[in-house]
Amino acid sequence: MTVLSNKRLNSISDLDDMRKELLSLRSPSAKSVHVCTGPGCAAKGSPKLYELFCEAAQQADADVEIIPKAVGCHGLCEYGPIVLIQPGDIFYQRVEEPDVAEIFRETVVGGRLVERLLYENPVTGQKAETVDKIPFYKVQKRIALAYNGLVDPTKITDYIALGGYSALAKVLSSMTDEDVISEVETAGLRGRGGGGFPTARKWRSCKEAEGSPRYVICNGDEGDPGAFMDRAIMEGNPHSVIEGMLIGAYAIGSSDGYIYVRNEYPLSVERLKLAIEQAKELGLLGENILGSSFSFDIRINRGAGAFVCGESTALMASLQGRTGEPRAKYIHTVESGLWEKPTNLNNVETWANVPAIINGGGKSFASIGTEKSKGTKVFSLVGKVVNSGLVEVPMGMTLRQIIDEVGGGIRDGKRFKAVQTGGPSGGCIPEEHLDARVDFDELTKLGSMMGSGGMIVMDEDTCMVNVAKYFTNFLQKESCGKCTPCREGLSQMLYILDRITDGEGQAGDLERLEELAELLEGTALCALGKTAANPTMSTIRYFRDEYEAHIKEKRCPAKECRGLFRYEIDSEACKACGICLKNCPVGAITGEKKVAHVIDQEKCTLCGICWEKCPFAAVLKV
Amino acid sequence: MLRICKVIQNMAQDNNILEQIVDRYDGEVGMLIPMMQDIQAEYGYLPLDQLHALAKRLELPLSRLYAVATFYSSFRLAPKGAHDVTLCVGTVCYLKGSGAISEAICREFRVEPGGTTPDRLFTFQAVNCVGACAVAPVMIVDGKYYGGVTTASALEVISGLAKDKAAVQKEGEI
Repeated sequence: MTVLSNKRLNSISDLDDMRKELLSLRSPSAKSVHVCTGPGCAAKGSPKLYELFCEAAQQADADVEIIPKAVGCHGLCEYGPIVLIQPGDIFYQRVEEPDVAEIFRETVVGGRLVERLLYENPVTGQKAETVDKIPFYKVQKRIALAYNGLVDPTKITDYIALGGYSALAKVLSSMTDEDVISEVETAGLRGRGGGGFPTARKWRSCKEAEGSPRYVICNGDEGDPGAFMDRAIMEGNPHSVIEGMLIGAYAIGSSDGYIYVRNEYPLSVERLKLAIEQAKELGLLGENILGSSFSFDIRINRGAGAFVCGESTALMASLQGRTGEPRAKYIHTVESGLWEKPTNLNNVETWANVPAIINGGGKSFASIGTEKSKGTKVFSLVGKVVNSGLVEVPMGMTLRQIIDEVGGGIRDGKRFKAVQTGGPSGGCIPEEHLDARVDFDELTKLGSMMGSGGMIVMDEDTCMVNVAKYFTNFLQKESCGKCTPCREGLSQMLYILDRITDGEGQAGDLERLEELAELLEGTALCALGKTAANPTMSTIRYFRDEYEAHIKEKRCPAKECRGLFRYEIDSEACKACGICLKNCPVGAITGEKKVAHVIDQEKCTLCGICWEKCPFAAVLKV
Repeated sequence: MLRICKVIQNMAQDNNILEQIVDRYDGEVGMLIPMMQDIQAEYGYLPLDQLHALAKRLELPLSRLYAVATFYSSFRLAPKGAHDVTLCVGTVCYLKGSGAISEAICREFRVEPGGTTPDRLFTFQAVNCVGACAVAPVMIVDGKYYGGVTTASALEVISGLAKDKAAVQKEGEI
């Protein structure tokens, strides 16, 4: 192996030879233990599990080859930490440190299942031995995430053994720049960052624009709160992004690439850096790639904490060492972008789809999805849903299927209220539209948008006015301040929303909000401002009655807005245990043994501690 | 006299650090943000004299550096505390109660989001999404992730930092 990793690949046959050699080195009886170290599982302690598996593998008998791997996000974060045993596709969930020895002894060495660690279908009670028997994975289709959870993201050899960089080899050996663009055009790939602009058209415009050098940028500034798709790809399979960029650069005629990664993702930076180093060592990045005349290099820039830098022109300003202020887009970035040169920017997921399109052909990619939205989309399905996690589904699946079949429905038997898509620029979609098919155009029609892929499920306990306030507050803070409508308009919207949730809403507030929204949409400079009213407008459109309850009746129907509901103790449910009484910070609760407790509404500060602490759910919000 | 020598020595060292950072990026003005990130990684914040020196070295007005330092939320112009406490207030964490947790931390430890406690025990940041929504609400203390935190458990973890500090001080006294 060590001999292999130091060898520079000077031709396409070198790459093929390396792949063959890597595969031949694998013993057919080898077993691999894939420990998910994605953000969800890592937060639950999976890196320690990986260490324990490594220790166990070292101490095992020499006659079986056992390869522990720390892999990227496997998707079903809710049931993490996840451990997958190959071959066999055996899926263990909620693995804890003491389970390691048992998994090792029983499954890895003994070939038997550890029943209690298998996934149990909450509806049927059936255990699932393998990944494909779990409903969460059944309806998914993985292209961008295909190798996530299979490859060790720190080893380029792992990616190459599975066919990595073969799309690049295909392009260099048998395709012209125009062939590559046509293939992507046939695939119908549209930008996964939110806008949904046809990727091939962007590439062609950049290729045809005058000026040199041309730049290629990967936008990894995944700023939407509640979204971690790009993070999972950058950390789980960074080479797919690099290979995609290489192919794009070849088509456009660029030799300089940048990856702009969000500041909050230090591990993504680390993984990408390592991946770039490894690719350089093998000659897959740098001068004369695989012996061809094509040269390309990639540099990583870290963001510094500004949401607006996800906007392409702001991102380019940031790459030039300036404050991230967008500019008007009548001059296209494909003609004059970074350093006023032709620049093509795509997001992480878009780039990660490219190798699959080249390998499988544009036609096959286009056979998935709807008429105008092809392929799959990765979503981070989170919020009040049973199975939180990362999912990749074919375009055109309905929201209901994603939430019920993949997500397993709403948590704790509560009722569904809305699903928020598209991040702060998106909107909330209510139950009556759950059968809408998820694609770029359909979501826009509903007043939301595809966005980069956050999908946040909300239940009956969520106040929609508060949700609108949350996003407006977020955007108001992140507004760069360059144009007046966004800077001032959002402050005014937030001021009104604040007033409403404080129970001081006035007649005419909704009309005022609508007026401001129109102003923003029509006159703001960039997409951040133009779409900033979406959260408010979509909630007014679908949940007007909730706004009216706040304004007219001074009541929060979801009982979330402080001051617009009271806490009371249900005298029948109260067991007079005294827990609430002891915990009340202001001494507002009275009662004694065997006598139901009572809250003094005069003294109560509505902190909610009694509600949190009551073991009998006797404290009610009314 | 000794003190003056030390100051001069420190200045020379600082100069050296700055030169190394600038060289790392071949003195390219476009790499201003990475340079400032490296300075912050070195000192924990952006010391004013370093910004002056960098502006001079790159032949940029200081205002340009100040604009960048105040535009991006990750830059700090004041030293930070001994520990880093980051609370996610992204959508999912917020829906699951991190807004109230943030308020409780601020109240309990007399700190503002983005600020440092009066005793410099920790710097508190409320950030928008750390990408671990599946285990929301999430708090990160010195790089360690805590999933599913509640007001009580968050305060407990942070109080643990204070106790550690007290223990270290006590040991020092003995």
